[in-house]
Amino acid sequence: MLTISRELHDKIVAHARADHPDEACGVLAGPAGSDRPERFIAMENAERSPTFYRFDSGEQFRVWTQMDDDDEEPVVIYHSHTATQAYPSRTDISYASEPNAHYVLVSTREPDSTEFRSYRIIDGAVTEEPVTIVE
Amino acid sequence: MAIEVRIPTILRTYTDGAKQVEGTGSTLDELFTDLEARHGGLRERLVDAKGLRRFVNVYLNDEDVRFLSGLETPVKDGDTVTVLPAVAGGAR
Repeated sequence: MLTISRELHDKIVAHARADHPDEACGVLAGPAGSDRPERFIAMENAERSPTFYRFDSGEQFRVWTQMDDDDEEPVVIYHSHTATQAYPSRTDISYASEPNAHYVLVSTREPDSTEFRSYRIIDGAVTEEPVTIVE
Repeated sequence: MAIEVRIPTILRTYTDGAKQVEGTGSTLDELFTDLEARHGGLRERLVDAKGLRRFVNVYLNDEDVRFLSGLETPVKDGDTVTVLPAVAGGAR
């Protein structure tokens, strides 16, 4: 189950809409071990592509180092699909490398609505989980 | 003195859960070979037949070694090598 504030949910959706038709990506950091997303970190999509995303390696280093220094971890890793459903693709699954993270997928394929779904991806297995938005 | 190597969560199965290990070598290549002796299987997660694996980021201190000399990047005692799996994916 992913529990997320309305504010953080809306920031992710706004980021995905702003970058459409390129895929948007980023992280929600939270205290290590808490499973609580608290801090929104939009990341640059170094691929700038409508079908692929990759964190810029230098930016990822700085963000991961800062999280480690502050005893945080990536609680949510999010990205958007701009023409397909908000479900992990084969590449999403094969590159999922943070076993403790919730993988949030957003789809901006429809102009008037945004799909927002969350998954655990561990050892190549995808499990969808319910999302609880806290106002 | 040795070289400190920071290990991401997903590779800690090779280090008995340790987030940091130590090694020696004068290049990254030698360092990874040294680590393999104590952490069998780790090198293969970092290196393939063509060199450093494409979706694994390796940093010497704070620089991505792709912008240095890759596997041939010289390393020395007191350096910190950090491994982070690339975060990537997409609809394709």
